Amino acid sequence: MKIKTLTSAIVLSGATLIAIPSLAADTIKVGVLHSLSGTMAISETTLKDTVLMMVDEQNKKGGLLGKKIEAVVVDPASNWPLFAEKGRELLTKDKVDVIFGSWTSVSRKSVLPVLEELNGLMFYPVQYEGEESSKNVFYTGAAPNQQAIPAVDYLMNDLGVERFVLAGTDYVYPRTTNKILEAYLKAKGVAAKDIMINYTPFGHSDWQSIVSDIKKFGSEGKKTAVVSTINGDANVPFYKELGNQGISSEDIPVVAFSVGEEELSGLDTKPLVGHLAAWNYFESVDTPENEAFIKAWHAYTKNPDRVTNDPMEATYIGFKMWANAVTKAGTTDVDAVEQAMIGQTTPNLTGGIAVMNKNHHLSKPVLIGEIQDDGQFEVVWETDGVVAGDAWSDFLPGSKDLISDWTAPIKCGNYNTKTKTCSGQNY
Amino acid sequence: MRRITFRHCIALCCCLFGLFSLSTHAAESVSLDPLLAELGEAKIKDIEPILVRIEAVSDETVLPLLRTLLNGNLYYIKAEKKVIGEFETNGETYYKDVFTDEINAGIDKRDVDKIRVNNNLRGYLRNAIARIQLTSKSPSVRENAVRELLSKLDDSTVAALERLYPYESNKKVKEAMGLALAMNTASQTELAPSNRIAAIEKLSSSLENDVRNLLTTLTRDDNTAVVTAANIALEKIAQRANRFAFVDQLFFGLSLGSVLLLASIGLAITFGVMGVINMAHGEMIMLGAYTTYVVQLMMPNYIDYSIWVAIPAAFLVSGLMGVLIERLVICRLHGRPLETLLATFGISLILQQLVRTIFSPLNRQVSTPSWMSGSWEINPVLSLTLNRLYILAFALLVFIVLVIVLKKTSLGLNVRAVSQNRNMAKAMGVKTNWVDAMTFGLGSGIAGIAGVALSQLTNVGPNLGQSYIIDSFMVVVFGGVGNLLGTLVAAFTLGIATKFLEPTTGAVLAAILVLVFIILFIQKRPKGLFPQKGRAAE
Repeated sequence: MKIKTLTSAIVLSGATLIAIPSLAADTIKVGVLHSLSGTMAISETTLKDTVLMMVDEQNKKGGLLGKKIEAVVVDPASNWPLFAEKGRELLTKDKVDVIFGSWTSVSRKSVLPVLEELNGLMFYPVQYEGEESSKNVFYTGAAPNQQAIPAVDYLMNDLGVERFVLAGTDYVYPRTTNKILEAYLKAKGVAAKDIMINYTPFGHSDWQSIVSDIKKFGSEGKKTAVVSTINGDANVPFYKELGNQGISSEDIPVVAFSVGEEELSGLDTKPLVGHLAAWNYFESVDTPENEAFIKAWHAYTKNPDRVTNDPMEATYIGFKMWANAVTKAGTTDVDAVEQAMIGQTTPNLTGGIAVMNKNHHLSKPVLIGEIQDDGQFEVVWETDGVVAGDAWSDFLPGSKDLISDWTAPIKCGNYNTKTKTCSGQNY
Repeated sequence: MRRITFRHCIALCCCLFGLFSLSTHAAESVSLDPLLAELGEAKIKDIEPILVRIEAVSDETVLPLLRTLLNGNLYYIKAEKKVIGEFETNGETYYKDVFTDEINAGIDKRDVDKIRVNNNLRGYLRNAIARIQLTSKSPSVRENAVRELLSKLDDSTVAALERLYPYESNKKVKEAMGLALAMNTASQTELAPSNRIAAIEKLSSSLENDVRNLLTTLTRDDNTAVVTAANIALEKIAQRANRFAFVDQLFFGLSLGSVLLLASIGLAITFGVMGVINMAHGEMIMLGAYTTYVVQLMMPNYIDYSIWVAIPAAFLVSGLMGVLIERLVICRLHGRPLETLLATFGISLILQQLVRTIFSPLNRQVSTPSWMSGSWEINPVLSLTLNRLYILAFALLVFIVLVIVLKKTSLGLNVRAVSQNRNMAKAMGVKTNWVDAMTFGLGSGIAGIAGVALSQLTNVGPNLGQSYIIDSFMVVVFGGVGNLLGTLVAAFTLGIATKFLEPTTGAVLAAILVLVFIILFIQKRPKGLFPQKGRAAE
């Protein structure tokens, strides 16, 4: 009995709604659906703060449509099914006009059916594996062609890499990304024996034999690189082991898609120096917009040591675009805002202009940076202009012919250009 | 790519010119100051040409500058147009002149800009340092310089090596130089095949990675005789390398085994000897790891010695926590294993949350002492990482000490008496309560020590313990409950099995296979590898 009450108490406290009291009777409500506890809290709390900062700034400018904006923060506690429940709560009980939220793909997939059923609107700010386009979601993070493909191009063209190790944590994002990369590399003429694919469980800590395998794979007379979709905690022992076995970033560079400033801020960066990461944003990029953003962030968090990162920029762009779209549409009605969003532009923090495309993905520049010992990145390469995010990869047999276009007359997230049909599947 | 090689050639020509001119007018010193000022002002992509010019006009005295730049510690004082090195001793940062070692006290972090380097520059710097060191006085420095240059043998490097080769007095350096020259001969397509084949044969005795790279490219040569010779040489090298690879694999297995042993040996006492299913065992390991972190925080200037303080400290912290848990919770649930299981699980959650509240949910950074970093290079294909080597030795030491404690001390005698027959021991005047608390404290303390070792290998965070608890139970059950020797054998068996499976099956499947194997094994022998015999078994 005691245990039962205890569990229910835990569940209750975990599910408690942290609502900021309403400022005025008539407000525009912004839902924040980021985990504030559990394993993803490390990353997602920052994004919650970013949204709150943006709301704060917008209110200082007089709000939207003459109304104040009110943030409603809920905690889905890194629990994927809870994302659906909390999403439903935000849409039905709090009646929010828009949601900013989710980090992992599984949490997004969990809340998607709710968004489509209740016709909600969500902004998703994290790089992901693509193969999805919902009418109710705007994807402001990178699609594979905005992160993985340019990174591999850089390795091949600039570093002369001929052999690739695709190392990842065993879940949906690395598996899909590696599938796309493998198809892409083969299309570029890389032989199957020059590609090594390796998956490890979450939080893997004993990298000895895998690193030794990579070393062996790299000693065949061809320049070798590691493309890493290794997630979270497991990165530290991985890079440490590389250093211990004497593999330097000049011999076998590692380009990572999940290591950013936030992840580096708690680490001993020595073994990582010189390795690469591909993102659409780096804190070190020197532009007036970025400087202002970092300054505002330090002021808002009252902590001059807080770093900024790529998903924060994605949240920033998403929020700016949403505010503009609401102003343009003159209402917060989801269908009107959704149409007003397409074609919206906002300056990137790294220079250039981000554009929201018909497929609900952004056009953004792609940067590749080398990790420095202060936990920042030195940009070594960037795309000439912006790259349009591609919802359906051109390199996977199943999605080659699919496009997403949410404007009339197609209005479909997965339109097959060969058969000229929409599959009818919701997302 | 081509542009860079061309630039390297120019660099080398300049360098060689520098080497030649060195002997003639070494005394004449060219002022580097304008070049250094230019270096400080340059964008990262313009740095290499400046370095080429610096290298051309300087000798060994420029090494400190290049090394400081390579380590990313070179800064530029804009106001004075000077470069300066950043150094750190005893946790304090200060700036000093890289050439004269003169400390520049009046300089603050805000006055200087970092001169950044990237991988291209690092590679260039490493080679430049090696080129300068070819004429160093110390033979070992010369040998390392030659080995460093093996990967980038261009005409000018070869010319320099050919010039130095006849005068080289040290046998090892001469051997390395000979290897480099043989590599050059083997790769020259315009030379007579017989010369090249002779060179290839010479190469077949080397295990160097660069040699293998070269031979692999030679197997695609136009000359069939060269291709055959290269293939034979590769075969020969592969045979030797495979033997070492096996040793390497075995070491990986032993190392994983030692981690498993450390993590489970404390459990072997609390679960094996006392019969308490302690779900909070992992958190005792975590506490030990956090103790290491705190110890390092308290003595930032003596990181190299911090481990020696952390080991007893972690034993005490986790041990006391163990005694506390035993006195407050476990002794009240005596003989009720299911409730003990649930209660200790609750304790593990409480401890995790406690750590989250005190230290934040982010991982904490524990530094590795310098004597534990790096690896012991036996030959180019076999090197054992030092931290794992130390942990292997440490695990065995802990095991031996524990066996001695249980077999030779009065506490050990009491522990064995209580675990074999509690009532009889009580009747003989053994204070069973006290013995229980001490045993639990001992097991927890050992888990704390394991935490110190693990903090050197993995992330120190609130979830550290959870990732080892399953493995620990697996080892203890597989080895036979209540048998320390069984735990030892089980830990190493599982470690080696996992590491030999991993390359073929991948990490995920390897873990599954090991688990399936244990389940099948337990079906056949429910009491593990070394079951308790006699009356003690009941």
